Amino acid sequence: MQIGLFIPCYIDQLYPHVGIATVQILEKHGYQVDYPQAQTCCGQPMFNSGATKECKSVAEHFLKTFRDYETVVCPSGSCTSMVRNHYAHVVGGNNDYETLKNRIFELCEFLVDHAKVSQLDVSFPHRVVVHQSCHGLRELETGKPSELMIERESKLHSLLALVDGIELVHPKRLDECCGFGGTFSVLEEALSCAMGNDRIIDYEETGAEYITGADVSCLMHLGGLLSRQKKSIKTLHIAEILAGTVQ
Amino acid sequence: MTEAAIQSNHPQQAEAFLKDLKRARWHDQALWFMREKRDKGVLGLKEWEALREHASRIKMHTLSHLPKYLEQFESEASKRGIQVHWAKDGDEHNRIIHHILSQHNVKRVVKSKSMLTEECHLNDYLIEKGMEVVDTDLGERIVQLANEPPSHIVIPAIHKNRQEIGELFHQKLNTPKGETDPTRLTGAARMHLREKFVQADAGITGVNFAIASTGGFVVCTNEGNADLGTSLPPLHIAAMGLEKLVPTPEDLSVFLRLLARSATGQPVTSYSSHFLGPRPDTEMHVVIVDNGRTGHYAQAEFRRSLSCIRCGACLNTCPVYRRSGGYSYGYTIPGPIGTTLAPHRSLEKFHTLPFASSLCGSCSNVCPVKINLHEQILLWRQKLYNAGIVSPAKRLALGGMSKMFTFPGVYTLGGNVFRGVMSLIPGNVIAKITGAWGKQRDLPPIPKESFRQQYKKMKGHE
Ligand code: SF4
Repeated sequence: MQIGLFIPCYIDQLYPHVGIATVQILEKHGYQVDYPQAQTCCGQPMFNSGATKECKSVAEHFLKTFRDYETVVCPSGSCTSMVRNHYAHVVGGNNDYETLKNRIFELCEFLVDHAKVSQLDVSFPHRVVVHQSCHGLRELETGKPSELMIERESKLHSLLALVDGIELVHPKRLDECCGFGGTFSVLEEALSCAMGNDRIIDYEETGAEYITGADVSCLMHLGGLLSRQKKSIKTLHIAEILAGTVQ
Repeated sequence: MTEAAIQSNHPQQAEAFLKDLKRARWHDQALWFMREKRDKGVLGLKEWEALREHASRIKMHTLSHLPKYLEQFESEASKRGIQVHWAKDGDEHNRIIHHILSQHNVKRVVKSKSMLTEECHLNDYLIEKGMEVVDTDLGERIVQLANEPPSHIVIPAIHKNRQEIGELFHQKLNTPKGETDPTRLTGAARMHLREKFVQADAGITGVNFAIASTGGFVVCTNEGNADLGTSLPPLHIAAMGLEKLVPTPEDLSVFLRLLARSATGQPVTSYSSHFLGPRPDTEMHVVIVDNGRTGHYAQAEFRRSLSCIRCGACLNTCPVYRRSGGYSYGYTIPGPIGTTLAPHRSLEKFHTLPFASSLCGSCSNVCPVKINLHEQILLWRQKLYNAGIVSPAKRLALGGMSKMFTFPGVYTLGGNVFRGVMSLIPGNVIAKITGAWGKQRDLPPIPKESFRQQYKKMKGHE
């Protein structure tokens, strides 16, 4: 099966290694990956600012770029949810959208639900804590949000459990928001950083060496705070661990 | 509107709140503790999600037949000897209540917690007319003594620590200086309030639920003050928003199970007082208030927020509310529900609120009546943008972004996204954005090659 790879703009520009790890893990599991060069952004920054009209042309460009793929995979929960869920308010009724919304998957979703990965052959002998990004967790339902009284497995945890030598630890507040929130991170700078710092404290208490997650944006925010404060705990995108590109 | 004006209000208030980091942490922990109590309270209730769904449907049904149920309630209540009044806004609500009170020559009123009378500023109105109004819920009494509004809809004095309450009671209730023991402070408040209950000429309460089929209504408290405040005086006035209806007592039972669990984790509030009509030789009045609710009701995409049962769970779970406090919202009702309600009053005035959210969605998940809170917050952003209440600079930036992302050439030409964005956005806006990011955060090192470039090389070598 050929997969259309959607690499969000900030991964393209700032975290190319996350994109590379995504390609590697998909290829390792037997998929052919194609990266359409015409792709740009999903339009989330505009949509979340209320600029639905401006978002529309970006969304249409996105649909045109990806409409011929049977499956689209993206290493970001937030951007995947933008396309699958929020495009309904931007380009709802558009035929390409109605088809694509059932064909676009966040990387972990794809690996668990479609690739049915049960073996990874990679090791990461470290203590790791998972940052559950809100949009992946609550909109894509990649895990059980702590508020809901339901049963649901965490896809990130299931995948990480396949990694040799890894020690998964859990924070006291299981899924508190890190405070990134797109434009929120600059419009409400003080709050955003306070939320991030509290999250870091929660993670430090677990004794973890690494914070991992499926959204680079949250990790960029947490990583930015960690780096400024010269803290030792590090951030890693989950694709890097699953692909074995980090040791 | 200038960028500075856009940035005023919530962000500023939040920053001020966070200046005292120790206090902010304590506030966060105190409210998170409430969230944990809620989790424990609902854990093991297998039917929890089904109950939420059921409650949400009852509310949606009731709202879509609201005129019918309001009429039914009025006629059933009248049969029970309850006098029903209609108020189109806060002013009329205050005038009606004052009129009833003065007819009975009332000098002293005891009130038990009602967010609606807060919304209408009833206390100020009556005090100005020479009456004594005493809030009898402990938390309400604390903020009333401090001359402050509530900062939370269920725990009104949550922003005050023990030392501050001790000092306040020392000044107002003559407790010993330095007394901070909660039991002794509560004891002192109780003595003070008993006296007020005994002296009162009238009792005013809110309404948690009004039952259309019976014409009765229910007030939920943990201190029993609604009972005390209404069983001694010969006059009881209840103020209710017109959205407080449920069709039948069976429906009520669903909400009673949800309310206390969501608020404090208790299976049920300590006192659910059912009022079914006046005792002999006394009067009971219900004032049904619109105050903007029918206008809100007319906006279908926002209608669900009228289902709110004021449990406070969305405040307790909100990472923004916990770290910015109730006053940062500048509206009677703070937190996610306040953020969705306030713009109905004035989109201009509350323009920073829809952006005071990371859209994490925890509020919508915790809400016992399944209000789509974070979606409504996002919807307000669209309304703000369409109404032009976003600064021109920001508008330009967003327009530029859309151009760049629509034409891939423009996107790749810039070399990296930041350089690309910067060429399209006025310099002062860029400085603001990068400045705000960089105040406490580093940017990751900019890699030599983008993914796009690396991918090309990788595929070229194959
Ligand atoms: S919106 Fe929902 S969670 Fe918030 S106070 Fe109302 S009922 Fe409770």
